[in-house]
Order: sequence, then C-alpha cells, then structure tokens
Amino acid sequence: MATLVDSHNRRERARRADRGKERAEGWRRRGPLLPALIFTIIVTQLPFVFTLWYSLLNWNLLRPDGTEFVGLQNYVDIFADSTFRQAALNSVIYTVGCVFAAMVLGIIFALLLDREFRGRGLVRTLLITPFLIMPVASAVLWSVSMLNPSYGLVNWILSLFGIPAVDWTSSYPVLSVLMALVWQWTPFMMLLVLAGLQAQPRDVLEAAQMDGAGWWRTFTSITLPQLRRYIELGILLGAIYVVNTFDQIYIMTAGGPGTASANLPFYIYQRAFLGFDIGQAAAMGVVVVIATIIIATFALRLIFRSFDVKD
Amino acid sequence: MAIDTAPAPARPAEAPQGRRKGGGKPSSLLTVLTWILALGFFSPVIWMVLTSFKQESAAASSPPTFFFEPTLDQYRAVLGAGAGPYFLNSVIATGVSTVLVIILAVPASYALSIRPVKKTQDVLFFFISTKMLPVVAVIMPIYVIAGQLNMLDNIWTLVILYTAMNLPIAVWMMRSFFQEVPAEVLEAAQMDGAGLLKTLRSVLMPMVAPGLAATALICVIFAWNEFFFALNLTAAKAATVPVFLVSQMTSEGLFLAKLSAASVLASLPVVLAGWVAQKQLVRGLSMGAVK
Repeated sequence: MATLVDSHNRRERARRADRGKERAEGWRRRGPLLPALIFTIIVTQLPFVFTLWYSLLNWNLLRPDGTEFVGLQNYVDIFADSTFRQAALNSVIYTVGCVFAAMVLGIIFALLLDREFRGRGLVRTLLITPFLIMPVASAVLWSVSMLNPSYGLVNWILSLFGIPAVDWTSSYPVLSVLMALVWQWTPFMMLLVLAGLQAQPRDVLEAAQMDGAGWWRTFTSITLPQLRRYIELGILLGAIYVVNTFDQIYIMTAGGPGTASANLPFYIYQRAFLGFDIGQAAAMGVVVVIATIIIATFALRLIFRSFDVKD
Repeated sequence: MAIDTAPAPARPAEAPQGRRKGGGKPSSLLTVLTWILALGFFSPVIWMVLTSFKQESAAASSPPTFFFEPTLDQYRAVLGAGAGPYFLNSVIATGVSTVLVIILAVPASYALSIRPVKKTQDVLFFFISTKMLPVVAVIMPIYVIAGQLNMLDNIWTLVILYTAMNLPIAVWMMRSFFQEVPAEVLEAAQMDGAGLLKTLRSVLMPMVAPGLAATALICVIFAWNEFFFALNLTAAKAATVPVFLVSQMTSEGLFLAKLSAASVLASLPVVLAGWVAQKQLVRGLSMGAVK
C-alpha cells in the first residue's frame, strides 16, 4: 500500500517536474518573440481599438461642446456621402489601374532583362531607380517637371507630334496621378517577375528548345505557369501598398479639382486634419480596414503558399 | 582549345541556336530595344538631375533647355534654406528606428524559425496583417494620444512609429534568412547550453549577417521615404526631409531648379542604398517570400 502511494507520488512529482520543464522550455522559446509582439500590439492594434471607439462618436475638434455617443450614425452618414463613394471608387481605379499597368510593363521589362547582354546590370539599375526615388520627390518631379502645361517635358514631346498643350493635373488629375504611380511601381513588379523567370528550371527550358518548341510555345506552356505565383504575389502585395497611396495625390492634385482625384486615404486625411471631424474620419478608416482585410486574406494565403512550396 | 573553337564551322546546322544565344542579329536588336526602353523609363530621373544644375530661367523654359552651363547654385540655395535640421531629423528617425527594428526582429524571427510549431503561423500571420492595416485607420488616435502625451512634433514619436511600421517586414525577412541556416547548427548551438544571446552572437549572426544588412537597408528605404506620419505628427521641430521638400514647394512658389536640387538631395541616400542592395531588394519587398 505504502509503496503504491509512494510510487504514485514519485510519478506525480516527476510529471510535475516534466511539466515545469516543458513550461520553462516553452517560455525560453517564446521569450525572444515577446518584445516584438508586445511592441507591435501596443503601437498598431491599440490605436485601432480607439479608432473603433471614435467611429461611434460625434466628435469634431472644432466644436467646443465635446463628444457624444451616436452609435452607428457615422457609418450611415458616410455611406450617404457621395464624396466618400467617389473616393472609394477612385481608390479602386488607382489600385487596379496602377497594379495592372505596372504589372504589364514589369513583365515586359523582366522578359527583356532575362537575357545575357551588354550592360544588363546597368539597365536593371536604371529600371529599379523610380522605385527608390522618394515618393514625395517623384510626385514633385511628375507634377512640375514632367506634366507642367507650359514647360513640362511631356507636353514638349507631344508638341513634336503636333499635339497641343494639355493641362494634365487639372484636366486629367486621376490619369496624372496614375502615371506617377505606375512609374513608381513598375520596378517592384519587374523585380518579382524577374525573380520568377530566373527561378525557372533551366533544364526544362533547354529540353523544350531541344524538342523544337518555339519561343512563344515555351513562354505560354512553361514560363507563364511558372510565373503565375509571382504575378499573383506582385498583384496582391502591390494592391496592399497602392491602396494606401497618399503622397502623390497630396502633392500633384491635392485631391482636386474639387474632390475629383481624392482616394480614401486622402479623403480621410482631409476630414480628420482639415475638417477635424474625428468621428467620421474614424468610421471611414474602419471601412477601409474591412476592405483591406478582404484583400489581405487572399494575399496572406498566397504568401503562405509560396512559403510552403519553398520549405 | 581546338575543340572549343571547332564546332561552329564544323556543324552549321546549329548556327541558328548559336545565334539566339550569342550576339547575333535578333538578340542585338532586342538589346538596343531594351536600352531605349530603359533610358526612356529612367529619363524623368535624368531630367530631374539636369534641372537641378540649371538656373531657374533655364529650368522653366519652353521649349525645354537641354544645353546649359551647369551650376551648383541650386544646391547651395537648398542647403542655405535650412535643410540641415530636416536631414538630421530624417537620419535620427531612420537610423534609430532601424536599429530598434533589428534589436526586436532578430530574437523574434529566431524564435519563429527554430522548430516551428503550429502557433508560428498564427504569429507570422499577425505580424504581416499589421502591415496591411492602412495607416489612415490609426492616424486619428495616434494624433490624439501623442497630443495628450505631449509627443507631437517630437522625433521619438516618428522613431516609435517607423519601428512598428518596419518590424513585420524585418521579422518575415529575417525568418527567411534563419531558415536557410541548417537545422543541425541551430540544434547544436542549443545543446551546448549556450545562452540565447551567446548563441545568436557567436554562431548565428555571422551566418545571417548578409541577410541582416539587407533587412536593415529595406527598413532604411521605407523609413527615409515615409511622409504621411511625418506630415501629420510633426511641425517645425521634428519635421523630416519629405516635409522639407513639400515646404519648398508650397511656401515659395515654384522654383523648379531649386526644387529639383532638393529632390535629388532627398532621394540620394535611399537610391544609393537601393543600388547597393538591389540583389536583396526583391526579397525584402516580397517579405522574404521570393529570393
């Protein structure tokens, strides 16, 4: 009897020690992660909780009577606000337009770069530079040096073909911003596609050539399927960044004329920092986050798939 | 030697293939096309640099001036316009935030790369999802809280925000570098009973050093170019280079040549960093997913 209890106790003690050790081991492994995790939660998640709360308030910094809980009224208001709907539409136009055009150009550049030729490194360096130029600087460059109606380079080139001067940023504000955006994001797409091209198994390509497959045949039946994952990744990551476009709009058109070229980030900025309407700006922020989460879910799945393939 | 040179004349049947690979006609046409397109795509940069060396009258001429006597007047004017403090602020915000990112990201990514558990994916998912949170959705509370803490127009506010902005990218990127370290090395370092810090420093760091440099460069690029937070959270004291650039545009009308000089100076550090790190750029931009 005694021995039985003893052995039970001993086993219990050992198990407890094991569990303690396991827990210590767990903490030892999780420990290094915690500073980064806690920091990120405090700086990025906590403010969003406040945004959720603000979005339920009627709170204008210019009005002295303070805040008032209004429930979902801000959400009702913003969906009735035609400027909000237009900004949302512009966000879609900028994102889809930029990502699509940049991807097409990026694929062309990547295909041209995926060969041996003299000065290849230099050409690649030239092509990635627009992505490295400070976006504020590139917006200045486009709005003033390139698209200025009287002395801009674009109008001068058009004048060589007999096309009269165009006041780009007033007449075609969305197109003007798109030009600067596409210029900035093409290198990003090019780099991703180029990485995909260079990850192609060389022996398969050579085998295809041996079998007498032409360039187009090889491209459509081997290269494109291989590139698909990289193109998807580029589209989704690009979309996540481009949705947040602010600098170019702020500098090139200030959202104008009127609100014709404002996207959601710019409109929210206007409402929050020029209109001081914290409640509505917060509600719009929440809507943007929900929309982003939908896109992001796809993006994350894709990134993980890329990782799984690699591991 | 003889074998190397012989086949071409000896086997004319292979000539077409040789031409495609070597410097034959279609290939050199493509090369010329590539150069033309690349120079066209790059030409706005050339134009910006050219303009920055002009006098204002030549900068805003119609038709554009292509030949002129280069001058450094505009660069002198920019530096004379008090660009110094803005550059200093940018250097602090970029440098300190990058160091903080590395200090936080290295242990975290190390923990996420050894013996990955199911929770690893959740944590990684969480980190990257914060990157996808639009900043406009958090700017109001950050502005209000920073105001209550007396942290508006304070460079440390930007340091904290830039650290949070770059941390997820750094964690993902560093994890992809740690995963290239053979598992046995990680295990052996742990078996040694060596402390984590010692393990990291003496065994792992030398192995992932190139990755670390690449990660830091990506962080530098994003922090240096950041405008939205800087615009909304700083004023006279803590404003960074992009804010300076915009102030040059709005407060003094259009001084095109001077504006171009300021743009060149503002972009130069990151352009140089990106040129140096271009092999690693794609990995950073895809957060480690593409090598």
